Amino acid sequence: MSSYVLKRLLILIPVLIGMTIIVFSIIHAIPGDPAETILGQKATEQSKEALREQLGLNKPWLQQYGTYLGDLVKGDLGKSIRTKEPIAKEMLPYLAATLELTMTSMLFATFVGMNAGIISAWRQNSWFDYVIMVIALIGVSMPIFWLGLMEQWIFSIKLHWLPSIGRMDQRDPVESVTNLYIIDSIIAGRWDQLWTVIKHLVLPSIALGTIPMAVIARMTRSSMLEVMKSDFVRTAKAKGLSQFFVVYKHALKNASIPVLTVIGLQTGSLLGGAVLTETIFAWPGVGRYIFEAISSRDYPVIQSGILIIAFLFIVINLIVDLLYALIDPRIQYK
Amino acid sequence: MFLALTMVFVFALAGCGSKSDNQQASETPKTTDNGNEKKEEPKPEEKKTQDTLVFGRGGDSVALDPAIVTDGESLKIGHQVFDSLLEYKEGETEVQPALAESWQVSPDGLKYTFKLRQGVKFHDGTDFNADAVVFNFKRWSDPKSEYKFTDDSFDYYDSMFGPDGSRVIKDVTAVDANTVEFTLTQPQAPFLQNIAMTCFGIASPTAIKEKKENFKNEPVGTGPFVFKEWKRNDSITLEKNPNYWKQGLPKLNKVIVRSIPDNSARFNALQNGEIDIMEDLNPDDLSVLESKSDLQKINRPSFNVAYLGFNLKKKPFDNVKVREALSHAVNKQGIIDAFFAGQAKPAVNPMPPTLWGYNDSIQDYDYNLDTAKKLLADAGYPNGLPDPVTFYAMPVSRPYMPDGKKVAEAIQADFEKIGVKVNIQSPEWATYLDDTKAGAKDDIYMMGWTGDNGDPDNFIYTLLDKDSIPGNNRSFYVNEDLHKVLIEAQKEVSQDKRVELYKQSQEMIKKDIPWIPLVHTTPILAAKANLKGYVPSPTGTEAYSNVYFE
Amino acid sequence: MAEVTVNPSSSAAPVMEEVPGPWRDAWRAFRKNKTAMIGLFIIVVFIIIAVIAPAVAPFGYKDQQLMDRLKPPSSTHWFGTDDLGRDLFSRVLYGARISLWVGFFSVIASIIMGTALGIIAGYFGRWADMIISRLFDILLAFPSILLAIAIVAILGPSLQNALYAIAIVNIPTYGRLVRAKVLSLKNEEYITSARAIGMKNMRILISHILPNSLTPIIVQGTLGIATAIIEAAALGFLGLGAQPPEPEWGKMLSDSRQFIQKAPWTVVFPGVSIMLTVLGFNLLGDGLRDVLDPKMKN
Repeated sequence: MSSYVLKRLLILIPVLIGMTIIVFSIIHAIPGDPAETILGQKATEQSKEALREQLGLNKPWLQQYGTYLGDLVKGDLGKSIRTKEPIAKEMLPYLAATLELTMTSMLFATFVGMNAGIISAWRQNSWFDYVIMVIALIGVSMPIFWLGLMEQWIFSIKLHWLPSIGRMDQRDPVESVTNLYIIDSIIAGRWDQLWTVIKHLVLPSIALGTIPMAVIARMTRSSMLEVMKSDFVRTAKAKGLSQFFVVYKHALKNASIPVLTVIGLQTGSLLGGAVLTETIFAWPGVGRYIFEAISSRDYPVIQSGILIIAFLFIVINLIVDLLYALIDPRIQYK
Repeated sequence: MFLALTMVFVFALAGCGSKSDNQQASETPKTTDNGNEKKEEPKPEEKKTQDTLVFGRGGDSVALDPAIVTDGESLKIGHQVFDSLLEYKEGETEVQPALAESWQVSPDGLKYTFKLRQGVKFHDGTDFNADAVVFNFKRWSDPKSEYKFTDDSFDYYDSMFGPDGSRVIKDVTAVDANTVEFTLTQPQAPFLQNIAMTCFGIASPTAIKEKKENFKNEPVGTGPFVFKEWKRNDSITLEKNPNYWKQGLPKLNKVIVRSIPDNSARFNALQNGEIDIMEDLNPDDLSVLESKSDLQKINRPSFNVAYLGFNLKKKPFDNVKVREALSHAVNKQGIIDAFFAGQAKPAVNPMPPTLWGYNDSIQDYDYNLDTAKKLLADAGYPNGLPDPVTFYAMPVSRPYMPDGKKVAEAIQADFEKIGVKVNIQSPEWATYLDDTKAGAKDDIYMMGWTGDNGDPDNFIYTLLDKDSIPGNNRSFYVNEDLHKVLIEAQKEVSQDKRVELYKQSQEMIKKDIPWIPLVHTTPILAAKANLKGYVPSPTGTEAYSNVYFE
Repeated sequence: MAEVTVNPSSSAAPVMEEVPGPWRDAWRAFRKNKTAMIGLFIIVVFIIIAVIAPAVAPFGYKDQQLMDRLKPPSSTHWFGTDDLGRDLFSRVLYGARISLWVGFFSVIASIIMGTALGIIAGYFGRWADMIISRLFDILLAFPSILLAIAIVAILGPSLQNALYAIAIVNIPTYGRLVRAKVLSLKNEEYITSARAIGMKNMRILISHILPNSLTPIIVQGTLGIATAIIEAAALGFLGLGAQPPEPEWGKMLSDSRQFIQKAPWTVVFPGVSIMLTVLGFNLLGDGLRDVLDPKMKN
């Protein structure tokens, strides 16, 4: 197992390096003089030169990249051009907001998706099965930004059930410790705020979680169907174990491998989709941070934002891969 | 049974979730370190009357030091944190004492002596006194000041008191700890009006010296509210200044100013109780607002102009014929009917009709596409302009223009009919301001202005004089004759003569067409019905010190 | 780019004639596949709409009638009007052209580039494989929409650049697929024998490997169009794709979202159109997979 982990980590190295090269190149791919593009023509030659110095644009390419990589390793993501703040520090609350949103979305997607898939499989060809499968089909084809708008329209504007924007009631905010507001309000013992934080999470999580939910539901159903046909489930049934128990205990475990893959893969679409969801729900996360940086041409922020998201994506996939090995010891790694 | 199993499953998943959480946290080490710190939180007290105001607006501040900005959103916060020597009466543009208790003018109009209020302290605890005033004015006027930080410029100062080389204020001296004397190079009729502007709010010298470049992110003044926190593009938190020099004010304990760019999202937030008051209601939502008994409508006195500016540095807009052609191609009344729900009037001149000195006799260019085409042909473009025109339209809602992008699209359609192809661009607000100020990327642009001080000088000189380049004259319009007239009007003390000079200047501008004036709007604020004491100023910024909830 | 397009299509055409049997069987199976037929039907409808939009649209997509803004659906304006008084029905019809155009062409571009790289990697192996495979890994390490956003941020916002960005982002999908196919075929008997006969590398590639990679590419490509359409709409929604007054569905959504309370139809119809088109391609893709390549399931 540990050798597998080691190997898995080694494979990551070239990918990580390549990733940094791509992200590093973003600023060099800007047509024309990057300093001028960023600062605009009003900039004095002096301030342009200062920016070139800050971004290292006046040094040879390889040296620039070396410095960039060195800084990254030290956890230095550079400075934002717009706010002049260190990006690593500035991004933390945004990152936490994105994590909170993506994690709740994934929980929603997995929980609803797997259960729907299991029940569908268990009651194959029932009306429930059909309804779930149609919903899942539509779900995978859903433009999530539209779904988000529709949710806002129905649940916030029409029914006034749920807030449409933001993360919590700002009148009386909980002090941020982790910037994960659910945890913050629990730490502070502020159950009233916990409730508003959860209410703020509902609509964006559903919007963001719908596609993974649909994919997971379909995946669970098809792998469950296969597993349920297999001998050992039949044997278990013959032994007289309760049906639910059979379905959950035996089948679920075997079906969880492909489902886990999907969860890993969907994290990518989830992190990407966060840009859209965060825009619609005014969610102050990394996606919106990047988006704002684009319209103000804050290239160091764009670079770091993308890098962080891609890094998260890789880490999550790594965890999924490792979980495989944990869940199913039958899988052997050479 | 089923339930129990699903619960187990949930917990298993929750386990996965927290596992990945740790992993991610390890990569950003600072997040979880103080997670164990537990605090004894007192139980929330019983709710009394509300004392926190959540204010919803369309755009974020560009910077929080009001001296280095020119946009209304930034000045709005400046007005809460800073006081100027004088201020305007609530809801009007007449000046009254503020940090200065009284003032005297010498008969030749070249010497102003201000007696300062005593015992006023900055938010950082340091004393407000004559030295502080001198420090601030020196910082703004000395181009080599070490407190003029990289890329900052004091545009308002240059614009109101003349650029370097032709400064109106020759010297500012501290006579004693509580007396300041201003010596002018020439009489300036609107001098007191200018001094009262928010952008000349007095900042704590100690804070500027300590915070340096960071002062624009953490402002320190003497105003009714103390700056607390700025989450960019999200919110600014201000807290009550307990030592405010106005007795019993502010009434609120806390103000949270949130930026919600989308007009309807902001209105929805108001209806859901997430904010208490909002600016720039979409005129389309007016009927909804009027139908709600728990909400109220607050009209801001109309004191603005929205316009489409030409970038005269760019061809073919250096050609007045082309500009005239396009002036005939904008359907102002159509735009007003469609987008402003009766809350606007077509603009003819670069200043609002409610301001003295407005020239009634000027006739607007009529909306006529045939005339426009003919003029374009006369200018040498019988088939329309060869290249597409880059049209900058505001990305955020402004009091003079609730939805710039949509109005731009309406104009785009008309321009296309006379053979002018238009690309609309709306970069983020701060970038937008920088770009139009630099004038490199835009060919035509949409912009507007809300009067700051009740003097025509603050429209015409500020926006169209050659002294305002680079700065508020985003058209790069230079007319020496106009400049002479405007400078004369500044020095002139007789009100009647000033009126004549400003009327004359409007005629010159009408002939040169640096802009197409679009509309004068009556901006709408919407608020909860129990919010009281909000008196909107024509200038667009007001302190929230008198606001309270019933 | 147009020049390169010639290659695969000209190589694909003879294949179809060479082996009529399996294709006819596939069609028969396909017709029995209900979801696939529904998908095909939806797509055909939208293609027809796109083609005949100028002929049937009652108004031009940029014709403004400011007096008639935000009018609810009626007999004149079937889908109502938007905030500039433009006929929403006409705009939705024209929008089909944009979405399908971006969908098809970005996928074709991805397939061409992906196939070329995949073949080089798989067939020549060694360092070529090494470099290309790592490149794919790296590209796949970014969430695709984010990478597309980054590319558009560099190139500048426009429909054209959105198309390029989407094409680039999806290259690895096809590249990996072709590479895997080439690897599995490389040691098949008939290839080795072809080599023994002395066939040139290029000819082996064209006459054997390409046709064999075709089915997975068709399946993946169909599903890929769905993804591309959503990505283009997302870029449009963020203001990074189509620019006004182009009637792109995603852009229409972001322009109208502030009227959702007053005029919900301005948001409902463009959204439904995106969803239906995407659904069509997803259904067809699923169906094709079941029919052409049952092994590829999951």
